[in-house]
Amino acid sequence: MSASLRNFLITRILLTIPMVLILITMVFIIMRVLPGDPIRSQLGPKISEAQANELRERLGLNRPLYQQYFDFLWKMIRLDFGTALTQGERPIKDELGERLPATLELTIPSMLFTATFGILLGAFAAKNRKKPIDFAIRLFSIVIYSIPIFFMGLIFQIIFSVRLPILPLAGRMNTLLLTSFKPITNFYVIDSILTGNWPALGSALAHLVMPSVTLGLALTGVYIRLTRINMIEMLQSDFITAGRARGLPEPRLVYRHALRNTFIPIMTLIGLEFAILLAGAVLTETTFSWPGMGRYLVERIQLRDYTAVQATIGVFALFVGLITLVMDVLYAFIDPRIRY
Amino acid sequence: MNDRDEILVRIRDLSVTYHTRLGPVSAVDHVSFDIRRGEILGLVGESGCGKSTLGKALLRMIAPPAEITGGQILFEGEDILTFDERRLRDFRGRKASMIFQDPMTSLNPVQRVEDHLVEAVEVHEQKVDRANVLERVATLIERLGIQKRRIHDYPHQLSGGMRQRVMIGLGLVLNANLIIADEATTSLDVIVEAKLVDQLREIRDQYGVSILVITHNIALVAEIADRVAVMYAGHLVEMGSVYQIFDHPLHPYTRGLLRSVPSIKLDDQEELYKMAGEPPNLTHPPSGCRFHPRCPDRMGLCSQSQPQLREVAPGHWVQCWLYQDHPEKESPTLEVTE
Repeated sequence: MSASLRNFLITRILLTIPMVLILITMVFIIMRVLPGDPIRSQLGPKISEAQANELRERLGLNRPLYQQYFDFLWKMIRLDFGTALTQGERPIKDELGERLPATLELTIPSMLFTATFGILLGAFAAKNRKKPIDFAIRLFSIVIYSIPIFFMGLIFQIIFSVRLPILPLAGRMNTLLLTSFKPITNFYVIDSILTGNWPALGSALAHLVMPSVTLGLALTGVYIRLTRINMIEMLQSDFITAGRARGLPEPRLVYRHALRNTFIPIMTLIGLEFAILLAGAVLTETTFSWPGMGRYLVERIQLRDYTAVQATIGVFALFVGLITLVMDVLYAFIDPRIRY
Repeated sequence: MNDRDEILVRIRDLSVTYHTRLGPVSAVDHVSFDIRRGEILGLVGESGCGKSTLGKALLRMIAPPAEITGGQILFEGEDILTFDERRLRDFRGRKASMIFQDPMTSLNPVQRVEDHLVEAVEVHEQKVDRANVLERVATLIERLGIQKRRIHDYPHQLSGGMRQRVMIGLGLVLNANLIIADEATTSLDVIVEAKLVDQLREIRDQYGVSILVITHNIALVAEIADRVAVMYAGHLVEMGSVYQIFDHPLHPYTRGLLRSVPSIKLDDQEELYKMAGEPPNLTHPPSGCRFHPRCPDRMGLCSQSQPQLREVAPGHWVQCWLYQDHPEKESPTLEVTE
């Protein structure tokens, strides 16, 4: 590793700290600015002022804002999210321990699907520019992009679970199998492999297909369009013409020279898209009754459970920061102009 | 007959047409000339005269909306216009190679210099011993005046001149016989340009390659070329040795072009010559000789009939009515003495 690459990595990692800090701060501020008293909305209008005050005190809500803020920050650093306000006051950490793997198990295949499928289709369209297949792919990208995720999910459910019942309708696993299933990491696919529970693995995979494809497809349009436009530009660049002039084969020029250069802008997109993917997960999880972070967030917002909401969004922020960091590091490995 | 006189490329009646919305444009119109083995041939003309299109046509790098509409390009006796994809790919790189104007963008930014060169060899040669190839590449790069360790660099770490030398190296690594340099020195500063020009000459001497230098810079041609071809509006209007063209220019366009070159001498009080008019719109080229609307020596005949390219002195060809007879011609044909 060269000194400049090391410097780049150190700078980039250090930059992640203020980024996550700003995100968490925004979450904190938004939660305080939003209308509605969390105590009143929790316990109803009938509780006495003394009871409300007692709860406020217990939660630290009576303290000055800056104290609450630093307290919140300190807890986020130690990954101590407190307990949920409602429904058994379960520690949020335990809740997220179950929910986060569920969401990651959904979003990671989605991300791989959307990136691979989108990039390949985009590159293929660029190579066949202005031919019918290019128009077809472009049309597909617009249509897929403009369909709301939940609507696409419902259509898929009707087709693949109701009309031709080949895929399960919702959930993460067949309820009958779930009784004998022992989660370890809460990634059901990994757990069923670890415990050698093959029927469970089959069920987990079958349940994963529809939600992850739905979520992935919704974002594919962006990848197709971005890859296509960058590829077209790249294929017209001088170094491709020069490569052609020294007799390099066309597939090599397209998929090796042009595509590798096209990855540079796309890498940035993958990082940014991850945030959108998490937002999409909220809708997808609701549509497919997937017990992940997204659905948890929706439930808790409805209950105005601000500690849970705060913690969930905070974890989302951490993940977006982390993925962006990973992408930027990969970026440096692909593009020597950043490395040196 | 020595090596220099042996013909490498024979271009016959080559035409390239751009299909535009306003109609077909004949950017290269029935051009014929030869490139000899081991010579440096300068191809000069104004922007848009078809010289770059001609250069690309020699590698069959003409893409829609342009099209080669006629003629032959005989490379070592074989017409490359009849080659299929595979033979064409083999021809590009192994036989002929091209250097482009902008050295900043003509190398893949994410590929090391060495990988460019090794790739070219691996793609074109069936059985290659990697160690052997690396050795070959390193030797070549040193001969081009680039330090050996720089082959591990990425293009953006090299200077413009070094990048152009890498481009030349990409032609030489497969022992191509023809290098087409399309405005290859234009974007370099004068000192780097002068070095590269020297180097091109050395490369020709060492490797015996033919180099086609396409440029609008007539001073560069005077310095480097053995022979010069002058293009105007898609036609080849004059061709001859560098001495013939610079000491006895015949075509009125060539003469105008030479008088338009600014001189660096301080005592030069003479106003720079400006050629009248503009290059013609090739969707509707002028009738007869395409230069006649701008020509100071035009005759009635010039707008009616197109002159042929004629050899008026040994090796000196010109396409102009001043030097050939025609029944309707009113002024006497000029005698050429060189």
